[in-house]
Amino acid sequence: MYQYDKYDQAMVDARVDEFRDQVARRLAGDITEDQFKPLRLKNGLYLQLHAYMLRVAVPYGTLSGSQMRLLGDIADKYDRGYGHFTTRQNIQYNWIKLEDAPDILADLASVEMHAIQTSGNCIRNISSDQYAGAAADELVDPRPYAELLRQWSSFHPEFLALPRKFKIAVIASETDRAAMLLHDIGIRIVRNDAGEIGAAFYVGGGMGRTPMIAPLIRDFVPLDQLITYAEACLRVYNRHGRRDNKYKARIKILVHEMGKAEYTRQVEAEFAHLLSQDIEPPLAELARIKAQFADPAYETGLADEIDLADPAFARWVASNTHAHKAPGYAIAVVSLKPVGGIPGDASADQIRLMADLARDYSFDELRVTHAQNIVYPHVRKADLFTLWQTLDAAGLATANLDQIGDIIACPGLDYCSLANARSIPVAQKISERFAANGKAEDIGELKLKISGCINACGHHHAGHIGILGVDRKGTENYQLLLGGSEGADCSLGTITGPGFGEDGIVDAVEKATDVYLARRESGERFLDTYRRIGMQPFKEAIYAKESVDG
Amino acid sequence: MKIVTASDLRTGAVVWWTGSDWSLHVEDAADAGDHADAIIAREQGAQKVCDGQVIEGTRDENGVRPAHIKDRIRALGPTVRPDLTLKPADPDAGNWVI
Repeated sequence: MYQYDKYDQAMVDARVDEFRDQVARRLAGDITEDQFKPLRLKNGLYLQLHAYMLRVAVPYGTLSGSQMRLLGDIADKYDRGYGHFTTRQNIQYNWIKLEDAPDILADLASVEMHAIQTSGNCIRNISSDQYAGAAADELVDPRPYAELLRQWSSFHPEFLALPRKFKIAVIASETDRAAMLLHDIGIRIVRNDAGEIGAAFYVGGGMGRTPMIAPLIRDFVPLDQLITYAEACLRVYNRHGRRDNKYKARIKILVHEMGKAEYTRQVEAEFAHLLSQDIEPPLAELARIKAQFADPAYETGLADEIDLADPAFARWVASNTHAHKAPGYAIAVVSLKPVGGIPGDASADQIRLMADLARDYSFDELRVTHAQNIVYPHVRKADLFTLWQTLDAAGLATANLDQIGDIIACPGLDYCSLANARSIPVAQKISERFAANGKAEDIGELKLKISGCINACGHHHAGHIGILGVDRKGTENYQLLLGGSEGADCSLGTITGPGFGEDGIVDAVEKATDVYLARRESGERFLDTYRRIGMQPFKEAIYAKESVDG
Repeated sequence: MKIVTASDLRTGAVVWWTGSDWSLHVEDAADAGDHADAIIAREQGAQKVCDGQVIEGTRDENGVRPAHIKDRIRALGPTVRPDLTLKPADPDAGNWVI
């Protein structure tokens, strides 16, 4: 894992001191809310429905055990005993007091964490593949490149006042586990025909009210020009992105309206200019970062066999573990989606337990996934049973990864001031319905994602089944979408038709899955069947007269 | 009725204008009538609250009820965590929101 050098630490410490002074001046009445609001947002502090909310950055989703433990302690000490893991691989606290915020940031800084650039029109937390550095199918570990981009984008003076927020994802495998094509910039680390490692740039993707899949604008950028090319992409956006209409200010709108060819032409021209300015960090810096992402000291000679005699354990292994690159090891995923639970929430005790288990079983390392789960990246297969038993005792061993119960849901109207409808109760009802009817395992992979407003923090456009909560004359209403995907086969969901009430949407989801179960062919996922047979059979079932309630 | 609501500056807690001060409980809310904007300006100027808003609501024998679901959730707390609402012991409190 990357560890701060003296410059990183000094920057974060200075920011804590600065914010402490700003908060003191606000509480003393020396500055107004209008003056203070942009300052608190620069430190991840929002004002939400019930209290201040603090969003803490987890760079590319990677955490050490000590960092995770502190996140649990913060939940107890300053919040109400829990935290919420987000679709940006971050964690949010929902009940923060303004006067406590500087102390929280100081605590975070003590374990090399912060909340900088988790809000505002700047480059946000860089996200990545949650299995980075462990997956059997990756070309290289993408995190050193994500870290280099983090350092470049942190406090970058030119990009702190962009037209809108800006999100970057970096991956290094064919399988896209980070929704890379739905980011402002998606970077895939690739190998070219000459055997060299470089970066493919996809620019102009995103969700929100105008979802778009990012087009490829350059298939190979040499690694010693990675930052320069990213800078060129941002510069063209910063120069031409709209500032007159926040709904048209994201780079996806610019690329779409300018056209991919013209945007790319301008990026290439800017890139050529920047190459002459020699702005790229020296490769020695990348080498320094890479050295900190060296593989842990894997044991050799380990057996790959797992005793699956316990059927519940066997189900968990089948569902919640993933192939590791090292023999005898597995990647294990903790589902934060217990039946009827709140997606992404974990209690302080659960967070600390997960930290302890990382220390004991995964080289003291964890990952937060954009699907709001937690990953142990390096677990000896021989330890999986003990790990599972301990997780199970803490309510953390739900075996539902990528199944219909593994729902992504934004906080929705229960917490968020932007939301139009509640997301969590719908997720809970769907989770309970499919736990009761026993269909989840038979259905297999089905990614269901719920957003409480058009901003799409719940990624509803990218769900095999997506749900969008809207406000219909003061009443919550839910639109159903089918056919989205965030992966390498990226696609955007299509709305089925008129929306539903809270119970109606749960019925509609079940009817959609029934169509799949009746019409699927061998080996097909829900998404595959939808793509083969199209929307019509689903619409006919969902809107059969007796089923429409809204 | 016109209800004035805001967030407590220090805690971020949802507060309601009672006619003379701020309360955590929506049932204490007063009808601000035509004075809502002036109340917000004065109180925010005093640096006790922020994010002041005027919302619509009704008052009847059951108490004060904001017109919009978002404000009812603000008044109660998250419906998915009744233990964290202002009425954790009332199993029907969530129904009031809907």
